[in-house]
Amino acid sequence: MTIENKIKIGWFVFSCSEDNTILFTELLNDHWQEWKKIFDFRHVKVLKKNNIYDEFDIAFIEGAIASPEHEEKLKDIRSRSKKVVAVGACAVTGVPASQRNTFTPEQKEAIQFLVDRFGALPEVKKVADVVTVDASVPGCPMNADMFLKAVNGLVAELRPELAQAQS
Amino acid sequence: MHMINIELEHITKIEGDASISITVEDGKATKVHFITEEYKRFFTEALKGKSILAVPSHLSRICGTCSNAHVLAAIEACEMALDIQPTKQTMMLRALTLHGLTIRDHALHLYLFCMPDIYGKDAFLDFDENDPHENQLLHDAFAIKSAGNFLATIIAGRSIHAMFPAIGGFIKYPDAEQVAQAIEKLESVREATVRLVAEFEKCTFAFDRHTDYMALLPDEGYGYINGRIRTSKGEVYDEKLYRELVEHVVLPYSQASAYQYKGDSYMVGALARMNIARDKLHPKTKESCQSALALFPSTNIFHNNLAQAIEIMHSVDESIDLLKNNPIVQEDLVKMPYREATGIGVIEAPRGALYHKIHVGADGKIMDGEVIVPTGQNQINIEEDCGRLVEDLVAKGVTDVEAITFELEKLIRAYDPCMSCAAAPNREERNEFSEEQQEIIEMYQQELRDLETWRNELLQKCEANERDGKDCNALRQVIEDEYFEKELELRQRAHYAEHSV
Repeated sequence: MTIENKIKIGWFVFSCSEDNTILFTELLNDHWQEWKKIFDFRHVKVLKKNNIYDEFDIAFIEGAIASPEHEEKLKDIRSRSKKVVAVGACAVTGVPASQRNTFTPEQKEAIQFLVDRFGALPEVKKVADVVTVDASVPGCPMNADMFLKAVNGLVAELRPELAQAQS
Repeated sequence: MHMINIELEHITKIEGDASISITVEDGKATKVHFITEEYKRFFTEALKGKSILAVPSHLSRICGTCSNAHVLAAIEACEMALDIQPTKQTMMLRALTLHGLTIRDHALHLYLFCMPDIYGKDAFLDFDENDPHENQLLHDAFAIKSAGNFLATIIAGRSIHAMFPAIGGFIKYPDAEQVAQAIEKLESVREATVRLVAEFEKCTFAFDRHTDYMALLPDEGYGYINGRIRTSKGEVYDEKLYRELVEHVVLPYSQASAYQYKGDSYMVGALARMNIARDKLHPKTKESCQSALALFPSTNIFHNNLAQAIEIMHSVDESIDLLKNNPIVQEDLVKMPYREATGIGVIEAPRGALYHKIHVGADGKIMDGEVIVPTGQNQINIEEDCGRLVEDLVAKGVTDVEAITFELEKLIRAYDPCMSCAAAPNREERNEFSEEQQEIIEMYQQELRDLETWRNELLQKCEANERDGKDCNALRQVIEDEYFEKELELRQRAHYAEHSV
C-alpha cells in the first residue's frame, strides 16, 4: 500500500507520565507488522524524527492540558484531525496531572511560585474541557483492549476496505 | 566575535519532552541549557496527607516507563519507615520485576530510539523487512521487548504501574505455567541479545569526557534493588546517606532540578554500573560478552548503549536462573503498626539511581516526601558534554547547524534521558532570585564549568603523557591543588550571591 492510502496517525503528548506512549510501544510488539501496512505514523515523536504536522485521520491525545500553549496546540490539532481520541486517565479525566487543582490552600501557596514561573494555567484541564473528543480510552495506563477496540472501530469507520482486509 | 546559536526543540525519540539551547562564541560554548519542557505535576506536594499504603501507586504515576522502579523505591521507603523486613522470596520477586523492566526499557531505547541513527534511518519501523539483517533486527526488537514485558506482567501484574508489589510483600503470585512460559520466552531471546550486544559493540559513535560515576550496587552480584552507593572514585556509602552525596542545583530555565556530587557533575545509569561492577555480571553474560566487556571502564558516553545491551543479556540470564531455581510460594504480607518515622528507598532504575524519601506520621499519613530521579542527576553532565561536543565540532570546522544538532541529538539519546521523571518530582523548593542575583549565579556557574574544563583538559594531557611512560604525579597534584583553591573561591562567591539580599 502506498503511503498516501494509509491512515494518517498523530500521537501528541501533554502533561502526563507518558505511560500510554509506553503501552503503545508495547502493543507494537504484537501489531507492528499489521499497523505498518495500514498506518502512516505521520507525527509520532517517540518513533521518528522527521514528523509531519499537516493533517491527521486519527489524532491520539495523551495527557492533561496545563498551559495556554497546550490549549492552543490542542485546538490546532483538533482542526487538522478527522478523529480525536483521548487516551489514558490524564487526558480523559485530568487526574493525576491535575492533582494540584484540589490542593489545600496551604499546598497551593507552596507551589504557586512554580505555577507562575512557567506560566501554567490556574487549573489543569482534561482534553474534553478544551476540544470535542470523538472517543476516549480511560485507564492509567489506558486499557489495552479498549484501545485496540477503539482503533479497530475507527479503521472500520474511516477505511472499511482496510478493516475488511485485516479481518 | 563569531557566534553560533543552536536551538533544538522537542527532541525526538526520547522519553518525554526536552529542548536544548546552546550559544557558541568564538569557539567556546558560553551557554548550554538542557531544558525539561514538561509541566510540573507536583507529586511530592500531593503526597502530603495521603495514607502510606497509597504511596507506591501514587509515586508510580511520576513516569510511565520507569514506573515499576518508582513502585519499588516507594515500597522500600515505606518499609524502612515501618521497620518491615521483606522476605527472601519478596526480594527475589522484586529483582525479577526490575529485570523485566530493564529488558523492556533498554530494548525500547536501543532499538526504537538509537538504532535508527546507526543505520541512517528516520524510524526503526523504516527498517527493511526484505533485508535479512534489518528484518532480523525488527523481529529481535519486538521479541526482546515482549519477553521483558511478559516477565514483568506475571511477576508484578503489569509492566507499567505494577499492581502486585506491595508494602510487606506481593499480593498475587504467578502460577507454575506462567513461570514456565516466562522461562521459555526468555530463553528464546537469548541469541537475540547476543546479536544486540554485537550491534552496539561495533557502533563507531564516540564522545569522551572525563566525569565521575555513581550507582547503587549490591556487595555480591550485579543487581538493581539493594546494596550500597558506589562511586567511580572507589567510595562506598550507605544508601541512607544519599542526601550527603547529591547536592541540589537550581535551574531557573528548566522545570527540572539538577544535582552535583561534591560540586562536580556525575553520571548515573548503565554506563556507571558497568564501569563500577562489570566483574559481577552473570557468568554466562560475561562469557558471551568478553570482547564487549573489555571496552570498560569507558568514558565514551555511547558505551552507555553498549552497557544497556549487556544489561539486557544479564537480566535475561539472571531471570532464567531465578525462575528455574526458586519455586514461588504464597506468602502473607509482612505488616507492622504505624509509627512516626522517615524511610528511604533507593533503586537502580534503568537510567540510574532513584531516591525516594518519606516522612510518615503515627497515624500512617504522609507528612513530607522527596524524589530524586536519574535524569536530574545527569542533567549537568549532559550540558557539559553537549557544550564540549559543540566546541569540538566547531574546532573541526563544522558550522552547519543541522549537522551539529544531529550530533547533539545522538549524544542526548545515548544518555536515555527521561523527562517525565525529571519534571514531576523533587521537593518544590522556593528559590526566587532577583535578576541581578541570577546573572551573578549563572556567571559563577559558568566559571566553574570553565574551571572544570581546564582541569579535565590538563588531566587528559597527563593521561596521554603517562601512556608514553612519563611520570605526571607531581603535575597532577599541582592541577588538583589549583583546581581546589579556585573552586572553593568560586563556590563561596556563588553562595554569597545566593544568600545576599
